[in-house]
Amino acid sequence: MDSVVQLQRQLVDYTVQLFNEGFLDDQFNQLQQLQDESNPDFVVEVVTLFFEDSERLLDELAKALEQQSVDYTKIDAHVHQLKGSSSSIGAQRVQKVCIGFRNFCEERNIEGCQKCLHQVKREYSLVKTKLETLFKLERKVLAAGGSIPWPM
Amino acid sequence: MANTSSFSSSPSTKFSFDEKPHVLAVDDNLIDRKVIERLFINSTCKVTTAENGKRALEYLGLADGQHPNHNDLKVNLIITDYSMPGMTGYELLKRIKESPTMKEIPVVVVSSENIPTRINQCMQGGAQEFLLKPLQLSDATKLRCHIKKPLQGGFAGEDDHA
Repeated sequence: MDSVVQLQRQLVDYTVQLFNEGFLDDQFNQLQQLQDESNPDFVVEVVTLFFEDSERLLDELAKALEQQSVDYTKIDAHVHQLKGSSSSIGAQRVQKVCIGFRNFCEERNIEGCQKCLHQVKREYSLVKTKLETLFKLERKVLAAGGSIPWPM
Repeated sequence: MANTSSFSSSPSTKFSFDEKPHVLAVDDNLIDRKVIERLFINSTCKVTTAENGKRALEYLGLADGQHPNHNDLKVNLIITDYSMPGMTGYELLKRIKESPTMKEIPVVVVSSENIPTRINQCMQGGAQEFLLKPLQLSDATKLRCHIKKPLQGGFAGEDDHA
């Protein structure tokens, strides 16, 4: 059984890695700063909303790109939403793919859009797994009686 | 927590309900609404969120066919996203500034896109300020200085304690 200090070390190392690899940016720190004793689950709540909303948007995007007559305005609207929410939680890599995606929408480039959908799905899946791991590590620290050493 | 209602308000905790500045936050993005809400609650404001311009106007009593609400409603700051379906933040801004009852309320427009013509348009339209998303805690702290004092008495600032 790892000690509190070891668990905290694991958490810090993992978080730093996520920032270094560009999965998360400073906006994630901003969210952590908004969390306090009166709202101890704020970050998990917002990120969970992000997961739900993103999955809905990705489904809509897949459907929209399968249509006979592709509605680029609709696709752009969905990507705009995804870009916005990923930016708000600091999911940098997802946000970056969305920027390229919108350019392809403007060009009405179906192949470009399909490629971006594939990429954004991949990046979303990666950041989701990483964040779930992060939250799991946080729970371990708290369960061992430690506190979350934020900011890292 | 799904935002199924048109608007939701935060409960106040430390200060009396009437003393906290009241912010109306308008944004079609669910995640952004939650973040903006927390930003302003943490800056000791009461927050009401609306998911689009139409709902915001209804809340303010400015929708077509409504009679303006003179007495009960106190909103000290309106913060609105620019890009929203149906009515943009700019269009909402104009409607508010055209209203005899609501035009004095400072309106801040936020956008994820840094477009100078858009910024100029909003400032010309009477916006207090134009900020880029994503908003940070420092933005909410800065915006508090724009908050118009309620007509009756002052509001709970840093010096007041419950």
